[in-house]
Amino acid sequence: MKNKEKRLMRGSEAIGEAAVRAGCACYFGYPITPQNELTEYMARRMMDTGRVFLQSESEIAAINMALGAASTGARVMTSSSSPGISLKQEGISFIAAMELPCVIVNIVRGGPGLGNIAPAQSDYFQATRGGGHGDYRTIVLAPASVQELYDLTRKSFELADEYRTPVLVLADGMLGQMMEPVVFNDKEILPEQLPDKPWTVKGAKDRPSRFIRSLLLDVDVEEEQNWRLYRKYQRIERREIRHEEYYMKGAELAIVAYGTAARIAKAAVKRCVEKNMRVGLIRPISLWPFPYEHIYKTAETVKHFMSFEMSTGQMVEDVQLGVKGRAEVLMYGRPGGVVPTPAELFRVISRAYNKIAREK
Amino acid sequence: MLVKTIFAGFGGQGVLLMGVCVATAAMNEDKFVTYMPSYGAEVRGGTANCTVSISTDEISSPIASSPNYVVAMNNPSLLRFQHIIKPGGYIVTNSSLVNVELGRSGVTQIQVPGSDIAEELGAMRSANMVMLGAYAAVSNVVSFQSLIDAVGEVTGKKKKELVEFNIKAIKAGHDNAKEQIKKLESIEA
Repeated sequence: MKNKEKRLMRGSEAIGEAAVRAGCACYFGYPITPQNELTEYMARRMMDTGRVFLQSESEIAAINMALGAASTGARVMTSSSSPGISLKQEGISFIAAMELPCVIVNIVRGGPGLGNIAPAQSDYFQATRGGGHGDYRTIVLAPASVQELYDLTRKSFELADEYRTPVLVLADGMLGQMMEPVVFNDKEILPEQLPDKPWTVKGAKDRPSRFIRSLLLDVDVEEEQNWRLYRKYQRIERREIRHEEYYMKGAELAIVAYGTAARIAKAAVKRCVEKNMRVGLIRPISLWPFPYEHIYKTAETVKHFMSFEMSTGQMVEDVQLGVKGRAEVLMYGRPGGVVPTPAELFRVISRAYNKIAREK
Repeated sequence: MLVKTIFAGFGGQGVLLMGVCVATAAMNEDKFVTYMPSYGAEVRGGTANCTVSISTDEISSPIASSPNYVVAMNNPSLLRFQHIIKPGGYIVTNSSLVNVELGRSGVTQIQVPGSDIAEELGAMRSANMVMLGAYAAVSNVVSFQSLIDAVGEVTGKKKKELVEFNIKAIKAGHDNAKEQIKKLESIEA
């Protein structure tokens, strides 16, 4: 029967709506395909709700506006696509150093360079290794459906506030452009309902001054700040790993895939299982922190892994770090904006699986 | 059950709206559904298309490499998509504008003069709704009633009279296609 709560939404709209309902007070954007629908949506919704929508003069300006607004305690978001996210890296490094909460959306497109506007997963290294200069990490969440775009964007605001750190939502043009039903399982929060943050800088009347800065010339102070960040990242690694499993019980070959690739992998794995092949799927939902420990444990019994990515192979290095030599790690990838079909992946998996079976 | 449909035409014919209507109808029937528009560096007056996937299970890829149905609103759409239709599938063509011959076998073509029917009803721009009705009759992937409801839901935000007109157009397309299916079935029988 008709469910009134279900709405057919475009991926980029789901991100925008999640931000609005999370109490995002400021959005700073700059146009780039394939994420323009998000900026368009925010233009409408932020104005309707009397909040700040600002189309800046460049990506660099947008991320620095986000930095400034975040330092007042407001929930803030900026978005772009690969080349634009590269431009934002300096700002992201500063935001990490200043320990400011900020949500950054990357609707990844084919690269390097300007590349194309097709769906890709080639920004994995940049996203999970910090991206900018300095000793820092960003939390990276990788949704695989429009519902998850909604849920994980909402979650990103919470994580950003909790850990005072930038959070990256990593999607691609396919997820951003496609429409799927979305259910809002959460309660809307207005910006003014959010609790006050004790570290903000928005005027020091009747209290001592506070400082939020990234320039720490004294090496001892900078070292201590680095260790402080390190301890925070360790805390995040202990508490914020997210992943999902599919047909992993009794599997002999584990496919590891995230986002759009994981959707395709799911269909291919299902077909394998129907043909009595013992193949399963591990889908990391948080790319940083990565589920190393889970993969290590899995590698106790599963001796073959295959990383499947829409790149020439980036996450595969994390899979290798996870298995720590306990299992063979294969790689299958299609870079440049190609979205492989489930049938293509099924053929690749079958070949690998038969080879494993022969060698046994 | 997994049914994939490509709606294709030129920009301005409302092919994306057709896809959104069908996707909304499927959602309201509690089916799994994805809608994927073509996007890219398109030119004004160029081609537009979208893919709607409807299933009783989770849908992996919203892209269709071999769709079960293609609705072609103009010649370039037929030429571009005819060869990827799944054998045994259907192509529903807007015969008011599509005059090239289908260049393959193994699929059934249903020709509905969508633009002409819409013009007779009084608004040529509703050709997409006529063709949507024809598609519903051919595919049965969503019920006729939920399609009507979905069109109301999607297009009714601004103008009520437009919804009524659209429903009239959908019915006309539906009846036209049903007639043809009946004929085809009697030939086969």
